[in-house]
Amino acid sequence: MTRAETIPTTPTRERPETPVSTPGRVGESTTRADGVPKVTGEFEYSSDLWMDGMLYGATLRSPHPHANIWSVDTSEAEAVPGIFAVLTHEDVPGRKVCGMEVPDQPVLAWERVRYQGEPIALVAADHPETARRALEKISVEYEVLDPITDAEEAMREDTPKLHLSGNLLRHIHVVHGDVDTAEADVVVEGEYEVGMQDQAFLGPESGLAVPDGRGGVDLYISTQWLHIDRDQVAESLGLEPDQVRLHLSGVGGAFGGREDLSMQIHSCLLALHTGRPVKMMYNREESFYGHVHRHPARMRYEHGATRDGKLVYIKARLVFDGGAYASSSNAVCLNAGTFACGPYDVPNALVDSYMLYTNNPPCGAMRGFGAVQVCFAHEAQMDKLAKALGMDPVELRIKNAIKPGDRFPFGQEVPPPAPVAELLERLKAMPMPEEEDITGRDLRRLPGGVSNVTHGEGVRRGVGYAVGYKNVGFSAGFDDYSTAKVTLSVEGGEPLVRVHTAAAEVGQGIVTLEAQIARTELGVNKIAVLPADTSIDSAGSTSASRQSYVTGAAVKAACEAVREKVFARVREEFGEDPDGLSIEDGNVVAEGHGIVVPLAELLDGEEIGELVKYRHKPTYPLDENGQGDAHVQFAFAAQRAIVEVDEELGLVRVVEVATTQDVGKAMNPQALEGQIEGGIAQGLGLALLEEIQVKEGRIQNASFTDYLLPTILDMPPVKMEILELADPDAPYGLKGVGEPPTIASTPAIVAALRDATGRELNRVPVKPEHIVGISGPTGQPPQPGSRGPAAERA
Amino acid sequence: MEFLQPATWREALEAKSAHHEAVPIFGGTDVMVEMNFDRRRPGYVLDLTRVPEIQVWERENGKFRVGAGVTYTRIITDLKNELPALAMASRTVGSPQIRNRGTVGGNLGTSSPAGDALPPLYASDAEVELASVEGIRRVPVGEFVTGPKRNVLRREELIWGFIIPEAEGPQQYAKIGTRNAMVIAVCSFGLALHPARRKVGTCIGSAAPTPVRAKEAEEFIEGVLAEGDLWETRGAISEAALRRFGEMVEMSARPISDVRGTAEYRRRAVGVLARRTLSWAWAEYRDGR
Ligand SMILES: Cc1cc2nc3c(=O)[nH]c(=O)nc-3n(C[C@H](O)[C@H](O)[C@H](O)COP(=O)(O)OP(=O)(O)OC[C@H]3O[C@@H](n4cnc5c(N)ncnc54)[C@H](O)[C@@H]3O)c2cc1C
Repeated sequence: MTRAETIPTTPTRERPETPVSTPGRVGESTTRADGVPKVTGEFEYSSDLWMDGMLYGATLRSPHPHANIWSVDTSEAEAVPGIFAVLTHEDVPGRKVCGMEVPDQPVLAWERVRYQGEPIALVAADHPETARRALEKISVEYEVLDPITDAEEAMREDTPKLHLSGNLLRHIHVVHGDVDTAEADVVVEGEYEVGMQDQAFLGPESGLAVPDGRGGVDLYISTQWLHIDRDQVAESLGLEPDQVRLHLSGVGGAFGGREDLSMQIHSCLLALHTGRPVKMMYNREESFYGHVHRHPARMRYEHGATRDGKLVYIKARLVFDGGAYASSSNAVCLNAGTFACGPYDVPNALVDSYMLYTNNPPCGAMRGFGAVQVCFAHEAQMDKLAKALGMDPVELRIKNAIKPGDRFPFGQEVPPPAPVAELLERLKAMPMPEEEDITGRDLRRLPGGVSNVTHGEGVRRGVGYAVGYKNVGFSAGFDDYSTAKVTLSVEGGEPLVRVHTAAAEVGQGIVTLEAQIARTELGVNKIAVLPADTSIDSAGSTSASRQSYVTGAAVKAACEAVREKVFARVREEFGEDPDGLSIEDGNVVAEGHGIVVPLAELLDGEEIGELVKYRHKPTYPLDENGQGDAHVQFAFAAQRAIVEVDEELGLVRVVEVATTQDVGKAMNPQALEGQIEGGIAQGLGLALLEEIQVKEGRIQNASFTDYLLPTILDMPPVKMEILELADPDAPYGLKGVGEPPTIASTPAIVAALRDATGRELNRVPVKPEHIVGISGPTGQPPQPGSRGPAAERA
Repeated sequence: MEFLQPATWREALEAKSAHHEAVPIFGGTDVMVEMNFDRRRPGYVLDLTRVPEIQVWERENGKFRVGAGVTYTRIITDLKNELPALAMASRTVGSPQIRNRGTVGGNLGTSSPAGDALPPLYASDAEVELASVEGIRRVPVGEFVTGPKRNVLRREELIWGFIIPEAEGPQQYAKIGTRNAMVIAVCSFGLALHPARRKVGTCIGSAAPTPVRAKEAEEFIEGVLAEGDLWETRGAISEAALRRFGEMVEMSARPISDVRGTAEYRRRAVGVLARRTLSWAWAEYRDGR
């Protein structure tokens, strides 16, 4: 195969332009630079990348959840006209495995496949259709093995091991006080289950790898964390990190699903092998196999309390299905173990959180990261306890609410602010929506919506409350830093600030926030946020609700460093005391006597640039009893859901969700509202709709026809009350806001359903079957050979 | 792949007769999904969107003759009073985009048991008009659909459209989906009262290999209405009779369990829908509508 002679260095279709946002400082709502292009369809996502002479990559995936591979024959595929490369594990020049926490996942499988959809071979062709067809010509000889599809089964001693290290991927054991001697007047027990939710980002995995002609590669990619991708790609390609340059492309949502690699190494392998740019793009179905999902969980709880409603002890046994490979399961297991008891002051607790390998789809990061599953369970338990005590469920929560100075069950002292009781009190005080007459309503305001299933028959109303919390930032000793470079210059006579970080904009608005911070700190209106890439050091992941905090702090610190230099120069040249100086509208201003010098004049053609690495307070791993200062910041949100349920049909309309949340500082109020509403929508999805159904290791509904996301008709209006209690350690006092709304909404909605129906509903998503009281996950299994009605239509 | 684009119905029939394997496409909301998923790689695609003849509806002796290319949106706007159940069903289809492109003709072509346009056609004894260069034939919709995604369309034929009597009484359509919009039916139910003929038409959707009429339930309720002189007196149907009607509809369903719902739920839900839709339609009838 000949190498392309001239290699253009950047794709002809550019990555999103450097966003220029409308003026706005910290605390103001600003218009997003990418807002209009996204709404009008002009925004360039990574799936739009295009380059002259590029090839299309495609992936051969295992149809079996568990099998030995005896041979892979690529000869027929190689002979297909238009095919430029067919690669297997033998063509991976460097490390043949990858993984964020544990490198246990083959870049391309050899000897064994452990989940349905595991990549085995790659092709590159001059047309996507040619690539797809060539995949069919690769013959793989499998010996199909029984899949291990149940986490409990995986835990048993006599179950075959999926990995050399065994099937137990992580166990977190938290001992707090002594549950054995604790005496309770009232005890409630429960078992809860959470199904496998998907991030369901709308822009499927895609990217473009461009060889640089010198052995290295540029990868244009949508991801959450450029540097962890870069490091893994370089390792597997056998290259130095600086030979692999990543550039953030337009990201169509992430929610955790882009923390792991998908086609990053694959496209680079194909590009280096063919010497041509290679684009890879999954379709919707492949996307369901191409990224990790939220961990399904089975959780057993026991709560003990005094007669007057003080928690005495909590016992929890949590079992998570990690699927075939580790992904970020370690950290999810730790999070679940530490947050298992909820934001309550409990003197005694025993928590065992287990994470297992199985042959199910790999699970990893998703918004809420371990806190979502346990919150569903601990909040159901609190309601159960309230019922057993004859107490108001909100009163019970307030009575036990954790507060600064208390200790979490994992030993860490609760840092201020931790306004759990206040959030609940305010929530309770929020006005209820007016109850609308059931008859004569527009169908869209009834369960079932336009499908016309009820005109009020069978409809009951219910109200439910929940409160949840989680950590912001990476935990347990992780070196969780971010890097920012801020450069002040004068262009066209006007001061301009360039902000450069590697923080991935995945829709949350970090690029807007970076500009707001620079504008606030440097008093300059024109801010250019440069495209994120690996030419600067890491910003860490866009996950764990951490980017505003960590990259925000890095940008703030870099701005401060630039400002100090400006002031130093002013002192040198004008003898002004820096203490009284500030920058306003591009002028250095001295307190009391106005403009000292315009920046344009002061800089005189020079630039002032500062590069800053920011680290938050250190965290520490847990000890063998699950004790330690593991987390840096905690974010809390409480929610109230009002639902209407058709008792006979099990269909639901969520009428309203009200929420209180402490955000430290509302950096950009409109973006904050977006995060809260979006988070609630995702929590509603888990409560009522969203589940990847897996049967014997196989996904049954890999499409948006059958993986149902909430629509605008399913999503209720949201009432919110925002608390801004500053965290003294965080920039501007802010708290991460991306995840907390997702955590409390699922249990609040299900609590409301229980209130309306009196049913136990201990599994999410709650299905109509469960509401009407038809037990069992499936009635009668489909008849072999008979293609049923609904199955006919995908 | 070749793309055939006839400008007239005649040309379309000729094209189909020359290329039996050609896949007709109108809204493409089923065809394109199949092609995008690579489930279908047709050698020829026969685009019918340029054929004006099938994009009209007309009255024909108290009946409506509706072309295969009339979209859901047009049915909702043009025929909501004349064909209420079909208009109600059309409102439940997909999203505005899908309703702007999708057609009843395509729904018939696909012949899915979950097709929302089908139960109203069954409940009103509609006929499907099929055509080839040789001529036309009309087939009752219940005979047209023979199984899941199977029908009696011959390889040289196209669907011209369907013929459906104008509503002579209240009609209803109700559909279960776990989501409140944009959802494929878990199960559904269509109902039409025919006061002049003293008949009640029904059809269960998505709870058997094809849409099915609940014949016994129809006969039962017709008996109740006749015995009590209810057509004449416009008196109320007893709660017990409504319940029994629902139970009999349940018994006519032959549902399966799949990712969208269990067989047991489907069965129970069609019973509830049957009872409710009958009560609504009867209430309208009593109000003189
Ligand atoms: C997002 C989405 C949501 C949907 N929601 C629903 C829903 O809620 N309810 C529902 O019932 N369906 C739904 N569908 C399926 C689809 O929209 C309907 O079946 C629609 O009626 C198809 O009409 P069409 O004109 O697009 O058909 P096309 O896709 O063009 O054709 C469908 C079939 O009919 C054949 N055909 C079309 N016209 C003729 C003709 N004149 N003669 C012979 N054969 C013909 C085609 O060859 C093909 O086999 C949905 C589809 C999508 C993509």
